Amino acid sequence: MSQAATTTWEEFMEGVWRQNPVFVMVLGLCPTLAVTVSAVNALSMGLATTFVLTCSCLLVSLLRKLIPKEVRIATYIVIIATFVTVVDYLIQAISLALYDALGAFIQLIVVNCIILGRAEAHASKHPPLTAVVNALGMGVGFSIGLFALGSVREILGAGKLFGFSLFGEHFQPWVVMVLPPGGFFVLGLWLLLFAAWGRWRQRRQGAAKGVTQHA
Amino acid sequence: MHESAAQIFINAFLANNFVLAMFLGLCPFIGVSGKLETALPMGAATTFVMLVASLCAFGLNLLLAYFNLEFLRLIAYIVIIASAVQLVEMVLKKYSPALFRALGIYLPLITTNCAVLGVALFQTAREYDFVQSVTFAVGAGAGFTLALTLMASVRERLRLSDVPSVAQGTALSLMLAGILSLAFMGFAGLGG
Repeated sequence: MSQAATTTWEEFMEGVWRQNPVFVMVLGLCPTLAVTVSAVNALSMGLATTFVLTCSCLLVSLLRKLIPKEVRIATYIVIIATFVTVVDYLIQAISLALYDALGAFIQLIVVNCIILGRAEAHASKHPPLTAVVNALGMGVGFSIGLFALGSVREILGAGKLFGFSLFGEHFQPWVVMVLPPGGFFVLGLWLLLFAAWGRWRQRRQGAAKGVTQHA
Repeated sequence: MHESAAQIFINAFLANNFVLAMFLGLCPFIGVSGKLETALPMGAATTFVMLVASLCAFGLNLLLAYFNLEFLRLIAYIVIIASAVQLVEMVLKKYSPALFRALGIYLPLITTNCAVLGVALFQTAREYDFVQSVTFAVGAGAGFTLALTLMASVRERLRLSDVPSVAQGTALSLMLAGILSLAFMGFAGLGG
């Protein structure tokens, strides 16, 4: 029982950390960069994508023995497009302001490589429960990545977080951060940071190993 | 909605460049921009798919509006784009197998290139007529090709320079894209 729980947790953390879609696999870049001008936009986009990802993976996993191999990609795309249409109308009904802010990028969730990638690489080969857990992990990982970008860009570019002013009225906003170039720069910097951290950790492990060998 | 064809073209090509200003089609932009020889054909293939998708989407939209089936729009568009890509793939495989191999996995991935679906969705949202749609598609494709070519040229140059090993790979490409994007902001307002 506990073993099963551990593997499920591992499956979940796979997407959240080790295979994080934004920082490790660098997939789904277009929505990542386009909607992360504020933390709220980034989180809503993450939620919408997680919903589509989970539902599509569940359906693909349930139908995996019925879908002929030759037309599988087309089938996945149609399944994904169906759920995206659902989300599209849902967001329109809940908040029109949010719908306008995210614009065409809600409909463009269809062509987010993460979703098709997960359907093809994981959900089509695993039973529903595993597929859903994995998809949830990926969705959460994607949302974390979006939030990391969105919050940094909002803080630097507008001096705010979730719409609340952080630095008082004398803060000169760094406008380029909310403009398109800022998206590239911030994601580039995050990737640099992770690469440098990985390098540092590797070196430390190497040093620790060296010490034990000497002892 | 009285943009002239020239304005639409300039807007899609430079001022609101699909890749560098609207963040569409980034996966091939980062993935295929390593070499100049593959960047150009990739741009041409994508432009062709955009044109076909735009034409089909225009007709399809009339049909869907006639039958009051607008909620099927997204699904219908994506199926059309997938078929167009399949067509390009078959033609390339027949007439230029070398190119077909060079583009590899990125060719079928044009289906999931958001720039293509973006063209279809934006022309619907902005209610472009037939000529406007076609100009928009060609402009967007040309813009995509331009961005891809620029990036490939810079990256070919960069291979000879001494970059810190931590920054190599995607991080560096993103920084480059940021600088290119900054340069393209200079075109803002050009399309009126």
